Amino acid sequence: MAADSTTRTLISHAQLRRGRGRVLYWAVLSVVVAGFTLVFLGPLYWMVTGALKSGQEIAQTPPTLFPRDPQPRNYVDAWTNLELAKLLFNTFYYATGAVLFQLVFDTAAAYALSKLRPVLGKLILGMMLATLMIPAMVLIVPQYVTVIDLPIVHVNLLDSPFAIWLPLVANAFNIFLLKRFFDSIPEDLMAAAVMDGASPLRTLWSIVLPMSRPILGVVAIFAVTAVWKDFLWPKLVMPSPETRTVSVGIYAFAGGTPMNVVIAASVIAAIPTVVLFLIFQRNIMSGLTTGGLKG
Amino acid sequence: MALTTAPGATRRTGPVAPTPSRTAARRAGLGRKVRDNLTGHAFLIGAVACFAVFSWYPMVRGVVMSFQRTRRGETTWVGWDNYSRIIADPSFWTAWKNTFVFTGLALVLGYAVPFFVAILLNELRHAKGYLRVLVYLPVMLPPASALFLFKFYAYDPSEAGLFNAILTALGLPTSEWMQSPTMTMPAMVIASTWMNMGGAVLIYLAALQNIPGELYEAAEIDGAGVWRRILHVTIPQTRLILALLAMLQIVATMQLFIEPLILANGAGTQDSATSVAYLIYQHGFFQNDLNGAAALGVIMLVVLAGFSAVYLRLTARQD
Repeated sequence: MAADSTTRTLISHAQLRRGRGRVLYWAVLSVVVAGFTLVFLGPLYWMVTGALKSGQEIAQTPPTLFPRDPQPRNYVDAWTNLELAKLLFNTFYYATGAVLFQLVFDTAAAYALSKLRPVLGKLILGMMLATLMIPAMVLIVPQYVTVIDLPIVHVNLLDSPFAIWLPLVANAFNIFLLKRFFDSIPEDLMAAAVMDGASPLRTLWSIVLPMSRPILGVVAIFAVTAVWKDFLWPKLVMPSPETRTVSVGIYAFAGGTPMNVVIAASVIAAIPTVVLFLIFQRNIMSGLTTGGLKG
Repeated sequence: MALTTAPGATRRTGPVAPTPSRTAARRAGLGRKVRDNLTGHAFLIGAVACFAVFSWYPMVRGVVMSFQRTRRGETTWVGWDNYSRIIADPSFWTAWKNTFVFTGLALVLGYAVPFFVAILLNELRHAKGYLRVLVYLPVMLPPASALFLFKFYAYDPSEAGLFNAILTALGLPTSEWMQSPTMTMPAMVIASTWMNMGGAVLIYLAALQNIPGELYEAAEIDGAGVWRRILHVTIPQTRLILALLAMLQIVATMQLFIEPLILANGAGTQDSATSVAYLIYQHGFFQNDLNGAAALGVIMLVVLAGFSAVYLRLTARQD
């Protein structure tokens, strides 16, 4: 997605390469690089090192740039007192399940809508896409009531991971993303498979899925981040301390825990998504920009 | 939204020259079609069931609940009672005022700033990858983590706080941030913009890269300076994305919840942080008034539907 060097933008290349333009370009570039590093990386540095400072050092003016007497204890306390191992495991478990449920159900649905074209398929897709217009906050109460007493089967899903997994399957954005990708798979390939006697499931498994790896990766990464970042829904449907996610757990402990320990816990909670992002940033960015948002 | 224009789809039943296999399939007739459909529906069933139970049904149920009252397991119809009770709550108007102030400030900051950042990044030929990663990095943090960082380090009202230290160093007066009712909203907008702007920047960048270079070329030959080129080429060329993101930004910011909850412990000093979403949470899960919370949800939906209608009308007229 990087513009190649021949694409002309707002200011022409020639102008940037000559005399005053060139000086100005390098000046702006250095200011932007330095400024962005300060604004976006600076706070993270402050967070990681701040959690190493003692309570006394954190309250001192002016603030110190490096921890004078690093206290790794804060991280150890966060890990043990907040039971971060358990909270992280819970979150990881919900994220894994969310990936599996979304990949299985959303891929199947998108495949049906794109290639099998059942009757009423268009209407169903329309009704799915319409949910994109409904803000989550509007549905939070009726959704909660539904989850504590599931219609017809009358099951209470509180503290059950299904309360996180199943609502996440109802993700119109994923289905739309997948359907668009499947739409671009040549129909001839499908026809050839049908001629060879392959069932729809077989065609999905051996032809469509292998070709769709990039988009499946994007959906999986988004599923993990969604679970990791979500706050209110897990707070409501996972009320017991044993089933909490890491964000909810830190919030629950924040009142009676020293500030530095809360920040240390926040750092630990952020590590998985940040690492995931640094590894898969190319896929994430291309997924974002191919999400059908073209005007 | 161009959500329904899927490119490159050649229909199985489309106007393609009939190959032997196609005619054979057609001759096989209705039975085959039904079986195809059955498989199709079987593949759909999981997702459709989840949509039905967790999206479509709650949608209807929310509206129904807003006209009911449940006491000791007995549900009765109460008409507009929940609505009048909710509106009579003194926090109701404060919450709406705060939410609109937040949305307005967030449009100025969280909407205009990413656009100019994207224009700037699009002009730079070096460090592109690095800058993109930086801008998007905060989006990956769990909001609770990022907000505790702001709450404890940046918005510390003493001079040891990061922001106050910077203000002091610049010789400017310090602020009490979340302790001061007038600074609560700007402080929440700053934190929220920092956390969320990465997504908008990347979407704008993709849109900017689709602008044909000849347009700038022509504008330049006509003697248009940089600002005029932005005004007459960049903005018109990206207007659909601009309109769409404005809409998404309004919907997202109207749901302001976690910022007041974590930064301001809920309502904030003198109710300066109470938001509509926070009120829904309060009514539903603290005051045991799920019906009132449902009514508030419906009101929010109506307000947002109003914005969507305006958006659709504006974008329809432009085409």
